[in-house]
Amino acid sequence: MTYLVGAALGFLGSLFMLLAAVGIVRMPDLFGRLQAATKAATLGIGLVLTAVAVHFWDLGVTTRAAATVAFVFLTGPVGAHMIARAAYFVAVPLWEGTLTDELRGHYDRRTHQLESAAPGAAAAPPAPASEKDA
Amino acid sequence: MNEQVTAVADTLIQLTLILLVASLFLTFYRLARGPSTPDRVVALDLMALIVVGFIATYAVATDQPVLLDAAIVLALISFLSTVAFARYLEKRSAP
Repeated sequence: MTYLVGAALGFLGSLFMLLAAVGIVRMPDLFGRLQAATKAATLGIGLVLTAVAVHFWDLGVTTRAAATVAFVFLTGPVGAHMIARAAYFVAVPLWEGTLTDELRGHYDRRTHQLESAAPGAAAAPPAPASEKDA
Repeated sequence: MNEQVTAVADTLIQLTLILLVASLFLTFYRLARGPSTPDRVVALDLMALIVVGFIATYAVATDQPVLLDAAIVLALISFLSTVAFARYLEKRSAP
């Protein structure tokens, strides 16, 4: 019975991984792809490694699986944030349906410092579609 | 009864491996095509996570818990490469 539960958990996890892969292909811009890939894949990895722990049902294996899950859960958001920040500075184009970009004009282009008021030398990524604002 | 349950579980494990390979191919499409460099970095990160899941499922399929060590190392390396790529992109944009 444990065998079946483990296999079912792994199958569920692989479905979430497939969801992440479909999201990374179908999403219209980088930030959508980033959130689809990070969140769904983190959940999928958690389920697959839980399946491993359930299948072997052994202290050593469970510890290693739990350590891997904890590591992925901690580093996933950190890595996603670093890529998103770097992509914003490289001025990756936003989706044309984007309504607001709250960071626009708040980053100093030279020092990469975040200001609450728009500094003079503002980092200017491509403007989102402005017809929608009117 | 018990044999049927084992057969269903075996089929589920095989299906898991097939789905993971399918998602690997989908992600590789984005890695090859992705218009910007950050797109490729995201695809590479996701590919590493999918391979971690594949190794873990393969450990279940072949009853070899030793393979988990490779999965742990791959997860560590993928995070390091993501951070390195992000630093590189950010430093390149602001000389």
